[in-house]
Amino acid sequence: MSLWRQLTHGLRALVNRPAADRDIADEVEDYFERSVAAHRAAGLSVEEATRAARLELGSVAHMKEHVRGYGWENLIETSLADLRYAARRLRSSPGFTTVTVLTLAIGVGATTAILSTVNRIIFHPLPYPNAERILMVWDIGEGSARLDGTFGTYNELVQRSHSFEAMASVKSWQPTLTGGAEPEMIDGQRVTPGYFKVLGVRPALGRDFEEAEDRADGPRVVILSDGLWRRRFGADPTIVGRPITLSDNPYLVAGVMPKGFSSSLAPSAELWSTLQYDLTQGRAWGHHLRIVGRLRPGVSIAQATDELNTIARMPRAEFPRAEWASVQSGFIVASLQDDLTRGVKPALFMILGAVLLVLAIACVNVTNLLLARGVQRSGEFALRAALGAGRQRLVRQLLTESLLLAAMGGLAGMFVAVFGVQALVALSPAGLPRAAEIGVDGMVFAFAAAITTLIGLIVGISPALQASRSDPQENLRFGSRRTAGGHQRTRSVLVVAEVTLAVVLLVCSGLLLRSLRQLFAVESGFDPSGLLTMQIQVSGHRFDDDSVAKQFLANAVEMVRQVPGVIGAGLTSQLPLSGDIEQYGVFFEPNPVPLTGAEQSPYRYSVSADYLRTMGIPLRQGRMLDERDKEGSPRVALISESMARHRLPGIDPIGQRLTIGDEKPYTVVGVVGDVRQVSLALDRNDAVYTTEDQWRFTDRTISLVVKSRGDPVSLVPAVQRAIWSVDPDQAIVRIATMDHVVAASAGERRFALTLFEAFAIVAVILAAAGIYGVLSGSVAERTREIGVRSALGATRGNILGLVVGQGMTLTGFGVLVGLAGAAAVSQVIVAMLFGISHLDPMTYLGAMALLAAVGLVACAVPAWRATRVDPATTLRAE
Amino acid sequence: MTREEPAVDHPNTDVIQGTLDMLILKTLSLQPMHGFGIARRIEQVSRGSFKVNPGSLLTALQRLERAGWLDSDWRQTENSRRAKFYNLTRAGRKQLEVETADWTRRVAAVTRLLNAEG
Repeated sequence: MSLWRQLTHGLRALVNRPAADRDIADEVEDYFERSVAAHRAAGLSVEEATRAARLELGSVAHMKEHVRGYGWENLIETSLADLRYAARRLRSSPGFTTVTVLTLAIGVGATTAILSTVNRIIFHPLPYPNAERILMVWDIGEGSARLDGTFGTYNELVQRSHSFEAMASVKSWQPTLTGGAEPEMIDGQRVTPGYFKVLGVRPALGRDFEEAEDRADGPRVVILSDGLWRRRFGADPTIVGRPITLSDNPYLVAGVMPKGFSSSLAPSAELWSTLQYDLTQGRAWGHHLRIVGRLRPGVSIAQATDELNTIARMPRAEFPRAEWASVQSGFIVASLQDDLTRGVKPALFMILGAVLLVLAIACVNVTNLLLARGVQRSGEFALRAALGAGRQRLVRQLLTESLLLAAMGGLAGMFVAVFGVQALVALSPAGLPRAAEIGVDGMVFAFAAAITTLIGLIVGISPALQASRSDPQENLRFGSRRTAGGHQRTRSVLVVAEVTLAVVLLVCSGLLLRSLRQLFAVESGFDPSGLLTMQIQVSGHRFDDDSVAKQFLANAVEMVRQVPGVIGAGLTSQLPLSGDIEQYGVFFEPNPVPLTGAEQSPYRYSVSADYLRTMGIPLRQGRMLDERDKEGSPRVALISESMARHRLPGIDPIGQRLTIGDEKPYTVVGVVGDVRQVSLALDRNDAVYTTEDQWRFTDRTISLVVKSRGDPVSLVPAVQRAIWSVDPDQAIVRIATMDHVVAASAGERRFALTLFEAFAIVAVILAAAGIYGVLSGSVAERTREIGVRSALGATRGNILGLVVGQGMTLTGFGVLVGLAGAAAVSQVIVAMLFGISHLDPMTYLGAMALLAAVGLVACAVPAWRATRVDPATTLRAE
Repeated sequence: MTREEPAVDHPNTDVIQGTLDMLILKTLSLQPMHGFGIARRIEQVSRGSFKVNPGSLLTALQRLERAGWLDSDWRQTENSRRAKFYNLTRAGRKQLEVETADWTRRVAAVTRLLNAEG
């Protein structure tokens, strides 16, 4: 009605409470005096009149309270009072408060961190306009595997299909940027001019590529990323149109991409040039390109797939295909987003599952803590109910307390989430897509905070309901010592649930840990100790001639060898476990075991004569490669043990002849040990080695391995200087110790393991806190019973057994259910396991033993407290 | 709790529920008055049928003031204390008319019901 008055009066009362109080007091006082005066006028004595007036008014204080209770401002005041009271209560029990807040913080924080990551990587659209319309087109390989596209395919599709607004083919490119500071190898992409149209992003500075620029021997133009432009060119706004030198060639800068742009196909790419595909090289049907396209609006993925497959089935004369081209078998078409996240999805979902378990445990724990506290405080509530506090008032008080707890937990959880996300990104394996985009997601945080708060609220008010429902007299008389067993039962069930969840997490992380152990126990086939590795990129026109490049490499290795502390140095075209993969088809003459496809293709290494010795790869038979095996001398090769076994069963390999990809045969002069090339987990070790000199071309990207006497890392500057002393323009990249390379090869497993371990530790601690909480509550409630028991002659041992028995029964139940649960749940992580079954008994036994031990520790304090109960004191207290 | 015990042998002197506001407004329509005066007036005019509970009265006065039906001012009393005097606003006068009409209608209805025969 008069909102304005309500507001102003209320505000005045709120802002100036003393004045408002004085008004009320004065009015009441005035009323009282007039009442006394009236009674006196009626003929009563002073005392009688005062008494009568007091009787009329009731207590003046209560009266004031009554009048004061009116108005909305009052609600705020009581809420503030509730808040102050809640804060006082929480401060008076720091243990409970700390544990609850930490539990909430961990639950909310960990869930937020993981969900933010998963949400960003898997569900959040890629940072391009209408990103859902960007598709990848793959050829279909053996076993319907995805196969890189060919230029022939791209060329035909781009002209025949109508589903796409733009299409492009892309390949990676690592030019060396010279001029200015140290030569630097830059990650880049060579793309057809439609590439940025497919992504839907235009350069912020300058222009996009033009169709005319994309022809063999066309003009050399380059588009820079914002980051590279700032880092190497000082954000020079006049850069467009100026030349820069890439691998000895001048390129004109056509444009600079906007800040924040990243090419999802190659997140590290910092510059782009035109593909300029040379069809005369006869590689048009080789699978070495990625094909992407942007759908026209309104065209579905299914329609596009149909159209492409129809094109695939119906060749046209104007688009001749190689007879072995895989185009005929159709395409795999998928959205770019799905394609990028395909690899990490299982691991991320697994981790998501784990963190949800942690959240569940946190919720259970908070429930448990609040229930326990409610039981301890039932006396207090009974007292307040007896003093006239209504149910509503009690509930409100408790709600305030729960909300305060939740707010503190949420705040702490925010910190955990922020650090968690940072840690997550720092720990994440190199291949994690979109890692740079990951940050704390506000929505996710709100979700996690809401869940825990809701649980806190629901659970938090139950003691108040209990108190207002039950007979206050009953509760008052017995204080908090005797309470309904129902609470104990609920809490016991909750503890069993906690232990169960903890066991599941523990078993899963145990399985992952054992897998990683098994993995690193695998013989890599070389000795990584003291090994330093780096990659040299030979670039520049002066190396157009192979012999010059060879000479440079030979000189560089020689200089490195002379660095003090270096025992040996060697070169290899591919470094084990580094991600390099190169396979060639090899045929023996005669070929006793005819194989097809990948099985006939061992890893092909061109190495310097010292490489195998430097790596510590053992010779099994025959001789090593050495200085004799030069260009022009008889062509020789080494094969690996397993290759000898697979391809030459029962035949002495020495002296056998083989061809690698072309006609000229090599003679096998030795057999060497197996080396894991792709990953420790992949048992595929067929390999063939030739010397660099006897291979038909010189690899321009080559790995150097250096064996050092001491710490290999300390040699890095000296080794770099040694190489640059031969030619200062050569980029040196991928510098790492071999130990690091090996460890990084299992990065994804390690990542998953680290998270699972962290979660399992949290789970175990929370479970221990749960067991402890229930037992100490139970001991506190049963003090009288324990006192009576010991008065009746129970020994300390009996009492101890009583408490520990109770605790271990709970633990035992939890463990049993948990083991069953783990057996079911661990099926999900089978893909991440190596060398053990998901039912590995060692792991299950270990988890059981660990939780039993933790359970015992959690029992210890309450049990000890129980034995200290003095029967005399308890009995007297009755 | 300080709930007054109802005296067993006394007649019910509670103000009829829902009418306190109207009674206050009516009383103040005659002249500005302080709380005690209002209580006294109601008691006297009703010849002791209604005794106003001071707590309810003072709270009601606050409420009516917030609603904009009453204004108040502080006046000095003889023994130099402050007394709060209430007077009716224009809105209050209108409200009184509404409530009076309403009350009359309802009383008439109740009377008709009580007098109905058969």
